[in-house]
Amino acid sequence: MPYDPALVEPMRRDLTSAGVEELRTAADVDAFMKRAGTKLLVVNSVCGCAAGMARPGVKLALQHATKPQHVATVFAGQDVEATQRARSYFGQVPPSSPSMALIKDGTLLHFVPRHAIEGRDAQSVAFELVTAFDKHCKA
Amino acid sequence: MGTFHHGKGDLHGITVVVHGRDGRTWVGRCDTIDDAGVHLHDADLHEPATATQPREQWLSNAVAWGIWPRLPHVLVHSADVERVERLGTLRA
Repeated sequence: MPYDPALVEPMRRDLTSAGVEELRTAADVDAFMKRAGTKLLVVNSVCGCAAGMARPGVKLALQHATKPQHVATVFAGQDVEATQRARSYFGQVPPSSPSMALIKDGTLLHFVPRHAIEGRDAQSVAFELVTAFDKHCKA
Repeated sequence: MGTFHHGKGDLHGITVVVHGRDGRTWVGRCDTIDDAGVHLHDADLHEPATATQPREQWLSNAVAWGIWPRLPHVLVHSADVERVERLGTLRA
């Protein structure tokens, strides 16, 4: 059952205020995936155990000079249709939230599952993302 | 933004590996550990007798990608638990 939208709103804004585009429908996700270039898709979550560090980690990583051309988010457990569609682009990767997927031309380049976020601080999460950005997003 | 859960222990909400004394291995999100055992949500089980891949490979895949939540709730009884560790501390 989805959480109260009022409770979730600050968690949405946490990312959208940093310029992350929010995808609310399956059509939004399809349109995002059709864009050329590198894309980071963040599966947001209410779970404080992991998402509490995922969002700051993403925001920190996006300050890096090298980053994906497009960055968007879906909200697991809230925007169910959009989240399911997003996961359909992750191949055989099990559902995980929060999580982050770096994608280019339909290929999953790097995936950060929930358990790789749990117990880590924002800097550690950002470091993993930045390392992937440097590897895959340089022009 | 903290967690909404209190008094559930350090591993609450953390994805853990439960190594069983009989060779079975569970991976799932820990709810609590109490006298009864380890309570997991959204777990998967590697059972050597029926597994399609070796335990090490199954665990390596879990580290890299996560697990399919085939078992919504599991209690691994205390007597069956050899040890518990965070999945995130393992290397693929």
